[in-house]
Amino acid sequence: MKVEVKEGQDVRQLVRSLVKDKGYEKAELIPILQDINSALGYISDEAIQELTEQMKIPSSHIYSVATFYRMLSTEPRGRHVIQFCESAPCHVAGGRLVWQKLQQELGLTSGETSEDEKWSLLTTSCLGVCGVGPVMVVDHDIYGNVTAEQVPGILSNYK
Amino acid sequence: MKATRSMVLVSSDPESMDRGALDVFNALQQQIAAFGLQEEISLSMISDVSKRTLNPLVLVYPDAVIYGAVTPEDVPHIVEEHLYKGRVVEEKQISAYDLTGRIAWLSARKGTLPAENRIVLKNVGLIDPENIDEYIINEGYEALGTVLKDMTPEETIAVIKNSGLRGRGGAGFPTGLKWQFVAATKGDKKYVICNADESEPGTFKDRLVLEGDPHAIIEAMMIAAYAVNADEGFVYIRGEYGLAISRMQKAIEQARRYGLLGENIFGTGFSFDLHIHAGAGAYICGEETALIESIEGNRGEPRSRPPYPTTKGLWQKPTVVNNVETLANIPAIIRNGADWYKSIGTPSSPGTKVYTILGNVTVTGLIEVPMGITLREVIAIYAKGMKDGGNLKLAQTGGSSGSIIPASLQDTPMDFDSFSKAGVSLGSGALLIGDENVCVVDLAKVLLNFFQFESCGKCNPCRIGNKRAYETLVNISEGVGTLKDLTDMQMLSKQLYELSNCGLGQTAGSPLYDILSHFRAEVEAHVKLKVCPTGVCPMSGHRVYQIV
Repeated sequence: MKVEVKEGQDVRQLVRSLVKDKGYEKAELIPILQDINSALGYISDEAIQELTEQMKIPSSHIYSVATFYRMLSTEPRGRHVIQFCESAPCHVAGGRLVWQKLQQELGLTSGETSEDEKWSLLTTSCLGVCGVGPVMVVDHDIYGNVTAEQVPGILSNYK
Repeated sequence: MKATRSMVLVSSDPESMDRGALDVFNALQQQIAAFGLQEEISLSMISDVSKRTLNPLVLVYPDAVIYGAVTPEDVPHIVEEHLYKGRVVEEKQISAYDLTGRIAWLSARKGTLPAENRIVLKNVGLIDPENIDEYIINEGYEALGTVLKDMTPEETIAVIKNSGLRGRGGAGFPTGLKWQFVAATKGDKKYVICNADESEPGTFKDRLVLEGDPHAIIEAMMIAAYAVNADEGFVYIRGEYGLAISRMQKAIEQARRYGLLGENIFGTGFSFDLHIHAGAGAYICGEETALIESIEGNRGEPRSRPPYPTTKGLWQKPTVVNNVETLANIPAIIRNGADWYKSIGTPSSPGTKVYTILGNVTVTGLIEVPMGITLREVIAIYAKGMKDGGNLKLAQTGGSSGSIIPASLQDTPMDFDSFSKAGVSLGSGALLIGDENVCVVDLAKVLLNFFQFESCGKCNPCRIGNKRAYETLVNISEGVGTLKDLTDMQMLSKQLYELSNCGLGQTAGSPLYDILSHFRAEVEAHVKLKVCPTGVCPMSGHRVYQIV
């Protein structure tokens, strides 16, 4: 997922076309936020303002929804987002050591983005592929049965 | 489907796709055409779970020969030898014993493995989930036809009630009764919701049903809608399940094209339409009122109950909310009758249960077995014993909101009533098996970290209680815990249970309660001796001074 912070006009146009396409009811708010998130990499203040104007929903409500769900972000993220599963099945299968290695390799801890904006490191709850834990997801690629030794190799796949 | 002499299947679960299943598929297609066999041999993808190191798999029926792990380079040889000349390529063949899931069950019918009993997963891995015709050939939409043509809504509810089917989402509420409540509530508009926000750690049974047999869910939701007089439905699928969402979308489009969804279905005057709502990442949305809030475009915060969704649900209208696994039982019950269903499982909990087996065992994966099987049987038969000859120390049943049980409970039959008598939760069916190397403090710490993160923050006991509990466990794991911490944890677990608004907070304290009830000595060792018996906890806050 490439993050492109576009010019102001583009964000507003994007929001308007999404709202027009999906509808103005409040029930469409989360699907629209998901689309904005995947197009821009995050939900910017400008996008929230435009949504407020279009959907006639208070920006406080939109912001409260956007910050509630894990898959939505109100902060810009790195070019590649790593999600590491920290739930019990992956933990018991050896996830602790992988997580230590991951933090060490990137010099980041949970929730941080690297200075060169290449990586964002996030922990996540169960991703539902527990049969092959420990599991990490880089952008949309799922890696299962990960060991600490494999971490540098996996990271080197991403430019 | 065309009549063919052989059927070749390529595994397409995410792990297989990751390992090049698509290339294998393309190579097979090419080679089969090269030998001019395309009229005689059908080729399709199946979704299943199997041992990951052997993926991708190629299965040839009716011979029931399994090849793994297959690379595109192996394909010409397999096609020439097996499909053209009829000789099994033994060096690539693997035993069904190495596998879990549907494939293992298929060969079990040949008497090689203890048989599972598949109702929920009947079609998973056998049919092409993106082709409605294959579902229809396998008795699909037959139950819907029966219900619409020959049964009244009341009769439909009666069959489900008599079958004794209980909700598989964790709470075990009788499904027929829930339908009856909604049917009895007057309203101009009613909804049916399928709860597919499967986020209980260690559970992926619903994903397999959605990915492998999406039409079964559509059919079941329509039967539910007919029974309660609803005309609109939502499938709430968690956002992380991309493949499940796209398969369900395809299935809905196909059903619409066939006139199975829409107006005046089968000319009976019954109308129903179905939408997908993709979640955006929140464990709490598995709670039915939080799920409803989320569909309405709000934060996923649970409502106060009562009123229950059966009277005031989605947009304040009467709403049935059923779990995926519950729904997947419905068509089979209608087709075969309540008595058939009651003959499976235990008297208080009829039917089967899908379990996910995880942790320190030889074979991890998914099984569907009659209710009432014991943990010892699951480990010995399906998991092929503990990994590396370890000993069972504990099992965590039902995901994070379930229970941590000691090895001494491994002979308790796993059904709703036996488990609740033993003070244990069956939950979602996740079985996380731990050996002696698992530290109970560390495990509880991971669970409480999960809850403090996933708490929606609406009510104080849950928001603050989980944080306090987590901090206390961190202290204990670092060797700076006190005996007072143990008393505090006991109290916190009680307060969480009694004061929280919804199931998340109410069950969040159970790991605390469980480790203090079953593994107190180990917890006390952390506090009194400043030692983690398994050597997992850092104990870094405590300095050991050596006299030299």
